[in-house]
Amino acid sequence: MSNKVTHSQVFVLDQDEALDFYVGKLGFEVNQDVDLGFMRWLTVSFPGQPEHQILLEKPGPPAHDEGTAEQVRELVTKGAMGAVAIIEVDDVHATYEDWKAKGVEFTEEPTERPYGVDCGLRDPFGNHLRIGTSKAWNPDQFDPADFTAENV
Amino acid sequence: MFRDNRRMSRATEISNRHMLRARDAIDRDYAESLEIPMLAEIAHVSQAHFIRVFKSTFGETPHRYLQRRRVERAMFLLRETERSVTEICFEVGFGSLGTFSRTFTAIVGEPPTTYRWRAADLTKVPSCFTKAWTRPSSFGPPLSSFGEAKTDRGQ
Repeated sequence: MSNKVTHSQVFVLDQDEALDFYVGKLGFEVNQDVDLGFMRWLTVSFPGQPEHQILLEKPGPPAHDEGTAEQVRELVTKGAMGAVAIIEVDDVHATYEDWKAKGVEFTEEPTERPYGVDCGLRDPFGNHLRIGTSKAWNPDQFDPADFTAENV
Repeated sequence: MFRDNRRMSRATEISNRHMLRARDAIDRDYAESLEIPMLAEIAHVSQAHFIRVFKSTFGETPHRYLQRRRVERAMFLLRETERSVTEICFEVGFGSLGTFSRTFTAIVGEPPTTYRWRAADLTKVPSCFTKAWTRPSSFGPPLSSFGEAKTDRGQ
């Protein structure tokens, strides 16, 4: 028996374009791609972590009426839907260079922060992701001097 | 009819996405002297349309958004560093101390030095969240320095 998060979800405007990005650029792997008739059940997972799948869901009928789907798409493209995931990698700088060379749109370069190195990017639709390395976080050892204008 | 609606909403989505790219540039390069022509180019619209479309997309002008971003950074530096108000003013991109003080006070509700004195310890959460949530709002009631909304009852 286990208790864990197995699936999370993100709205995408086009599932093929989503695959180009998440698989082709970020290196996710297709976990399930099933035509259920009423929807295309499409999940990806990060290499080495197949137990956490991200559902790439397209808003629209019958789950949403067209007006609602339109609102969802507007929110996605405004960047108002929150973060898809925060991904931990061994070397943020190397990953940043690799993904940038593939044309990934970064909102923030890798930056030293008290909790680790962190940077931000967007998927083609406007969804926000972050990649970083984390230090074990101990608020008791927090030193405000770790923050400088350059690293926040 | 449906097809026309879909075409219009598709145009809105493309416009939103372009405006988001310009807004991301403001968030990233807030300390630079950001010019409308450059932002309009990022957003793929004419200069004449940029301010209007940005406002209809995000509810405020790009200038106001930039001011809030700079003030949010200034609030952070006032809380977490011992740099002087003057240093912080230029560091976040303001051109003069007068403009900085006036803008800060108008947005935050108190001058930089008073804010610094009262500021709470907000350092224990990831900065991408403090960036989003301590940013002074253009919408709704002003926040106190400690983040809670002021209500009529509380004053």
